[in-house]
Amino acid sequence: MAEVYLNGKFVGTVDNAEDFAGRIRDERRKGSISDNINVYHNEKANSVEIECSKGRARRPLIVVREGQPLLTERHIKQLEKNEISWSDLVKQGVIEYLDAAEEENTLVAFYEKDLSQEHTHLEITPLAMLGYCTSLVPYANFNQSTRLNAGSKNQKQALGLYASNFTLRMDMDVNLLQYPQKPIVNTIMHDISEYERHPAGQNIVVAVMSYKGYNMEDAIILNKGSIDRGLGRSTYYRPSIAEELRYSGGLMDEVCTPDKDVKGYRSEKDYRYLEDDGIIYPEASVNEGDVVIGKTSPPRFLSSMEEYNLAASTRRESSVTVRHGEKGVVDFVLLTENEEGNRLMQVRIRDERIPEIGDKFTSRHGQKGVVGLIVNEADMPFSASGIIPDLIFSPHGIPSRMTISHLIEMVAGKVGALSGRYINGTAFDVEPEEKLRNELKSLGFRENGVETFYNGETGEQLEAKIFVGNMYYLKLKHLVANKIHSRARGPIQLLTRQPTEGRAKEGGLRLGEMEKDTFVAHGASLLLKERFDSDKTVVPICESCGVIAIRDEFKDKSYCPICGENVEISNIEMSYAFKLILDEFKSLGIYPKLQLRSKY
Amino acid sequence: MDKMLKEYEDKLPKKIIEDLRLNLQKGVAQNKLRKILDTTLGEYQKAKVHPGESVGLVAAESIGEPGTQMTLNTFHFAGVAEMNVTLGLPRIIEILDGRKELDTPMMEIYLKKPYSQGKDVRELALSLKETKLDEITSEFLINLVDLTIEINLNREKMKEIGLTNAHVINAISKQTKGFTIKDNKESITLKSRSKEENLNDIYKAKEKFKEVHLKGIKGIYQVLPVRRDEEYIIITAGSNLADVLQLPEADAYKTTTNNIFEIEQVLGIEAARQAIINEVFKVIESQGLNVDVRHIMLVADTMCISGSVKGITRYGVVSEKASVLARASFETPIKHIINAALVGEVDELNSVVENVMINQPVPVGTGLPDLVTRVKAKDK
Repeated sequence: MAEVYLNGKFVGTVDNAEDFAGRIRDERRKGSISDNINVYHNEKANSVEIECSKGRARRPLIVVREGQPLLTERHIKQLEKNEISWSDLVKQGVIEYLDAAEEENTLVAFYEKDLSQEHTHLEITPLAMLGYCTSLVPYANFNQSTRLNAGSKNQKQALGLYASNFTLRMDMDVNLLQYPQKPIVNTIMHDISEYERHPAGQNIVVAVMSYKGYNMEDAIILNKGSIDRGLGRSTYYRPSIAEELRYSGGLMDEVCTPDKDVKGYRSEKDYRYLEDDGIIYPEASVNEGDVVIGKTSPPRFLSSMEEYNLAASTRRESSVTVRHGEKGVVDFVLLTENEEGNRLMQVRIRDERIPEIGDKFTSRHGQKGVVGLIVNEADMPFSASGIIPDLIFSPHGIPSRMTISHLIEMVAGKVGALSGRYINGTAFDVEPEEKLRNELKSLGFRENGVETFYNGETGEQLEAKIFVGNMYYLKLKHLVANKIHSRARGPIQLLTRQPTEGRAKEGGLRLGEMEKDTFVAHGASLLLKERFDSDKTVVPICESCGVIAIRDEFKDKSYCPICGENVEISNIEMSYAFKLILDEFKSLGIYPKLQLRSKY
Repeated sequence: MDKMLKEYEDKLPKKIIEDLRLNLQKGVAQNKLRKILDTTLGEYQKAKVHPGESVGLVAAESIGEPGTQMTLNTFHFAGVAEMNVTLGLPRIIEILDGRKELDTPMMEIYLKKPYSQGKDVRELALSLKETKLDEITSEFLINLVDLTIEINLNREKMKEIGLTNAHVINAISKQTKGFTIKDNKESITLKSRSKEENLNDIYKAKEKFKEVHLKGIKGIYQVLPVRRDEEYIIITAGSNLADVLQLPEADAYKTTTNNIFEIEQVLGIEAARQAIINEVFKVIESQGLNVDVRHIMLVADTMCISGSVKGITRYGVVSEKASVLARASFETPIKHIINAALVGEVDELNSVVENVMINQPVPVGTGLPDLVTRVKAKDK
C-alpha cells in the first residue's frame, strides 16, 4: 500500500506503486494524458508523487525501451526533411520531459554506446546538461564545475551588442563594445544562438608570464598598441530624463533656459549649450555640471498671501545636469509624452571608454582580472617570430583554479588563427587536443604552444619559454570610470552635518567603529580627533546653567536663554552630533548640563 | 653576588631576582654578572606596558579577531553518548558572559594514589554517577481508587547498581514528606497521609518521586574513566565541585570543573580568575590559534575585580562603568540615560568612548600626557 500525492496533497493509496507510476508514464507517452505530468515513485517513503504544477525545471530526454532508444534513423530522416518537428517527437513519446523528482527513478545513458537493459533514458546530447551561458564555454568538460559557473556568470556581464536597435533605445546604463568579434574557438551553442549576430568579445593574443609583478593577484597587463588599434573599446550610454510635471493650481514645470531671477540660478556658462527650446543640441561635448535640459518649477510652498503677490512669483531652478564625475557627447535627443500626457524630454549622452587601469576583463573560463598596467608596445615582450601579445596573463592564476580549458583554448585558438578556421570546443564533443597539437606542429610551431620570448626593454632572450596563444577575451561591464571615487571636501547632511554617503552623492568614505579602534589601539589620540572633525562646531555655553547659549551677531553679544546677559559664556568646540544628542535629551525632558572647567 | 642582586631589588620584581639567584652558577665573575643583570633589566623594561597603552582595546581585538576564525562547536568523546563538550566561539561567549548554567558542565576528577594507578577506577566512577528513582523503576502507576502511587522496581538494574529496597525506601522517606511507604518486595506503594488529596496532587507528587536521589553525587550524570599520562582520572558530564572535593578518593589539589561559577563558590575569586584564564586559553589553543595569555588575563581581571565573577554584558562589567555616555553607547541607551537623568549623574569624561563622542582627544596614547606649567603668583 503506497500513498499517492498530487502536487504535494494526499489523494489516496494504491496497492502497487511501481505499477501505478509505470502506467501513468505509459499513458503520458501515448498522449492520453498531458505530457506536463511527472510521476516520482519514492521507494523509501513508499509513496507516489504526481506533479503537474507550474514552476518545475524540466529537461528533455530520449526514451529507451529494452536497451533501444525510441528515436530511430527514420525519425532523424523525417526531421531532416522537415516532415516532423520536435513537438511531434514529444507527442509520440519518443522524447519526454522529466523534472528533478522523476529523474530519481531513471537511469540515463550518456552516449548510445553505453546503453544496457537497465537504462530508461538516453541524453539527447551530453551538452543538454548545461545551460545557455555554460554551453558557451569551450572545452568545458575539462574543468571543475565551479569554474564553469564562474565562467558563465562572467559572460553575462560582458559588453557586446546588446540589441541591434540600440540607436533608437533609451536604456539606462548601457555599454556597447565597438569592435566585437566571433570567437575562433566556439561551441555548437554559438551556432544555435547565432552568436555572430550579437558577439561579446575579441580574439586576442595572450601570453602566460609575469611582467614586473604588475599582473599579480589576478591582474592583467594590456598592450598599449592593441588598445590604440581598438582593443576593448566601448561606448557608454546614459540618458538624462526630464518631465514637465503639473502641480495643483494650474502651475507646471517649464522647459526653457532659466531666467536670471530664478531661485537657484546656476551660472551663464552652465547653460551655454541650451538651444531656444531649453534643450541641449546633439553632438555637444559636455562635462560634469553642464545643464542638459533647462527647467524651472513653480515655488514649493505658496501661502495664500503670496499668491497675489507678483514679486513672489520666483520660480525654482530644476534643470537636469550631467552627473558628478561624468562627461560625454550628446548623442540623441528625444521629445515625447508620458502616460499622463506630460511632455517628456530624454537626452542620451555617449562616452567612449578606452580600456584603462582598473577595467575588468575575463576569458570564458572564470579567469577574470583587472588591468594592472598598460605597457607601450615597444616595451612589451615579443616572440621569436615577432608576435607581441595583446595581453599578459599571470601563471599563478592556473594551478589553484585548475582551468585546463583555459590552456586548451589558447592552443586551439592558436591553431585556428594560424590555419584560418574555427575550432569546435563544444563540451563532450571537442576537437581532440592531440589533433590540435599535431596540427600546430605541422604549422611550424612547438606542439605545446610555447615560444621563445625576448624582453621588450632590453632585447634579452627570456630564460623560460613562454606559453602564447589566441583567446577570446571579454570586457566586463565593471568599468573604473563608473566607480572611481574620492573626496576631500563636499556635501554634508542637513541633520547631522556629517558628510553624505555614497558615490552618487559625492560622499565621504566612512571611518567606521572598527577603524576608529585601530587609532585608539595605536594611541594616536590627536589623529583620531582630527579624523572625526568633519562635523565639528563651536557652541557657546552658559557657564552658570550649562545650557547652550545664543550668539547674536547683529548686536555682537551672547546671552543665555535662561540666565540672561550677565553671565559668563564660553565657546566650546564639540562634534555637531553631540550637540544634536544634547538637543534630543532636551526634547525628552532631560536637562543635559555642561559643567565647564579649565583643562590647565 | 647577593650584594649585587640587592642593588637591583627595586628595579626588578622579586620573582625574577629569585630566579636569577637559583639559576646562576656560583662564583660568576663580577663583570659577567653585571652584564647578565643589565640585560635582564633591559628585557624587563622592554616587556613592560607603556603608560597610556590602550591595553583593553588591544586585548579585545586580540581575542576578537581570532574569534572570527573559530569553527567546530562541539567535540565528542568516542564511545560515550551524551558526552560532548562545547568548544569554540560558543564556549568563549559562555565564559565571558559569566553564565551560571553551562551548556556542557564537566569535571576532571584526579585521584589519590592507589586509585590513580588504576585500582577500582571503574567501580569508583560508577559510584559517583547520580542515580535517580526513575532509573531503577520499570513503571510508575497511580491507583485511582486508593489514590496511591505504586512504583514497580527493576530488580536487575538495582542489582547492577547495588541497591536494595531498604536503600530506596530510606531515600524516599528522607527526601519527601507526607507519604506512608509500604514495601511489597517487587514494588513500593506510597500513600498520602493527608486526607484531602486529589488526582492532580498525586500526579505532581509522582513527578517529584521520579527525581528522588538514590546514590552517587548530585548533578553528575555521566562518567568516563580515562588514562591521562601515566594516571587514571575520571571525566564526568555534569559538575558538583563541592561534593566531589569531599570524596576521600579524590585529589582535591588537581580536581577541576569547567563551571567557573562553582569554582568561585567553592574555592574563591582568585581561583575563579585562574579558571577563566585556563578555560579561555584551552578553547583558543584547541582551535590552533595563538593569543597571548596576558590579553586573557586582563579580561579575567576585569571580570573578577569586583570580588565576584561578572560577565562582559550590559548587566555585568559594562553596568559598572563610571560614565553614562559609555554605558549608553553599549546596548539599551535609553535605560541608562533616563536613570542617569533621574539621579542627576555627572559624567567626568575620563575614558575613551565619551571623548570620541564629543570629539575631544581621548586620554590614551598621545592624548594622555599634558604639559603643565607652574604659574607663579606675581610678587607684590
